[in-house]
Amino acid sequence: MRTALADLHEAQNARFVSFAGWEMPLHYGSQIEEHHAVRTSAGCFDVSHMAVIDVAHSHSERLLRHILTGDVATLNRDESMYTLMLNPQGGIVDDLIVYRRESGFRLVVNAGTTDKDLKWMRQCTEKLNVKEPVTHRNELCILAVQGPDATEKVAAALSFPSLTNLPRFSCMEVGEWFIGRTGYTGEDGVEVVCPTRLARQLWGKLLDAGIVPAGLGARDSLRIEAGLNLYGHDMTEETTPFESRLAWAINWQDSDRNFIGRRALEEIRDNGSQAKLIGLRLTERGIPRQGYDVLTAAGEGVVTSGTFSPTLQIGIALARVPTKAKAPYTIRIRKQEIGAKIVRLPFTQNRLRTSTT
Amino acid sequence: MSDFPTDIYYLPTHEWVRIDGDRATVGISDFAQTQLGDVVYVELPEVGIQVEQGGEVAVVESVKAASDIYAPVAGEIMEINDTLDAAPETVNSDPYGAGWFFVIRVESEDEVPDALLTAAEYKQVCEEEAG
Repeated sequence: MRTALADLHEAQNARFVSFAGWEMPLHYGSQIEEHHAVRTSAGCFDVSHMAVIDVAHSHSERLLRHILTGDVATLNRDESMYTLMLNPQGGIVDDLIVYRRESGFRLVVNAGTTDKDLKWMRQCTEKLNVKEPVTHRNELCILAVQGPDATEKVAAALSFPSLTNLPRFSCMEVGEWFIGRTGYTGEDGVEVVCPTRLARQLWGKLLDAGIVPAGLGARDSLRIEAGLNLYGHDMTEETTPFESRLAWAINWQDSDRNFIGRRALEEIRDNGSQAKLIGLRLTERGIPRQGYDVLTAAGEGVVTSGTFSPTLQIGIALARVPTKAKAPYTIRIRKQEIGAKIVRLPFTQNRLRTSTT
Repeated sequence: MSDFPTDIYYLPTHEWVRIDGDRATVGISDFAQTQLGDVVYVELPEVGIQVEQGGEVAVVESVKAASDIYAPVAGEIMEINDTLDAAPETVNSDPYGAGWFFVIRVESEDEVPDALLTAAEYKQVCEEEAG
C-alpha cells in the first residue's frame, strides 16, 4: 500500500522502504540531515500508514476504560494521552494515543497492528451489542510536523493563530482539520489528521514554508534518542509494561476499573519482573542494531532498537536485560565486543518529555 | 539511476577499482552509497598489510547497515583515506572521488583479474538488484 501523498514524496526524490505492508519514504536524500532539521527547526512526516480509529457511541467510555491501561475518564474534552492496550497476560497488544473529542474518542494506532487492534476491539465489544463499535477512518491522512518551529509554521500555514497556544497533548478541531499537539520525536510539534485533499494542500504549504520532508529513517533515530519505544521492536505481546519501561502508562487509581491485563500486572508488580528495558550508549564507535547481544554479569540481554545518534554522534540502543543487570555492559557488534554505558533516558535533552502525562 | 563511470572496474559486491600503473584505488559505487544511505563510519585496514583478492578489507557502516568491503585485487595496502574518519559523508557526496577508501599496490600490473566487471556489466548487476 502507499499513502495518498506517495506521488508528492516521489517528486521530492524520496527513497521508499517497506514498512508494515506500506511503501513509505525512508528518506529524501539524507536521513541525518532530516534528523537535524527536526531537532533544530522543523520537519514533516507523512504518517498516514498509522490508523485513525474513532470510537463514538454510548458505550465508548466504558469500552476504553476496559481495554486501555490509561483511564480515559481522566481526560477532559480536547485532551489526549499515550496509553497501552494489553492482553489478559499483561502483554502489550499495542501502544497508542487516545484523544477525547466532543463527539467521542479518537485513537491513533500503529500501522502493523491495525487489523489486529480492530479485531481485538470488536471482540471486546461483542457483549455490548453496539452496531459499529469502532470505525477505521482509513480515508484520513496523518501528517506529523515536528521540531521547535513546527507549531508556529503550521499555525501560519493554516491561519490558525490559536494553535500556538494549544497545550501539549491537547487537540483542536476546525472544520475538517483535527490537530493534536502530539508527536513521537521528543520535540514540540503537532499531528494533523485530515482528508487527503487537505493533507496534500498542507504538505505543499509546509514545503513552501521551508519545512523539510522527513522519512521513517529520521523518525526512528529521533524516537530512539527520545527514549521512545517502537511497537514490535521494544515491546510486543510477549513483554509487559514493566519490562518495557512503560509502568507510568498504567493508571491503577480506580481499583474498580478492571482493565484487561490488570490482574496479571498486579501480580508482576508485587513479585517483580525478570527483565527491564534500558538505554545504552556506546563508549567507542560502532552501531548497535536490533538483535545484537548485550553481555552482563547477570546474564545476556538483547538490543531491541539501535542507531547512530546524529545528535550525540555515537551509537545508542534500547536494550532488554535481566532485571538484576548492572554495569558493566558490553554489546556484541559483529566480531567485536564494545563497552556501553547505561544512560538515563532520554538520550538527548528534549525540549519536551513525551513520556509524561 | 546511479552513475557508472566507464574508466574503472567494479565488483558485484559494489566496490570500484581504478587501476593506474601499480596503484589500485578502491571505493564503493554510487549505487552502493545510495542503497546504504548516510555513511557513518568507515573502518579502514592498516597500511602495509597484504590483502588477497576477494578478502575482507574494510567495513562501511551506514544508518542502515554494516557492510564488508572486499579487495578487488591482491596486493599490499599502500595508502588509506584518513579523511573519512572525520567526514564519512564524503562517501555519499563523492563516491568515485574524495570518497575513496584505500590504495592497493598491485602485484601483477598487466592483467585485469577475471572477477572484475566493466561498467556495463556492473550496471546490469545493479539493475537486477534494484528489481
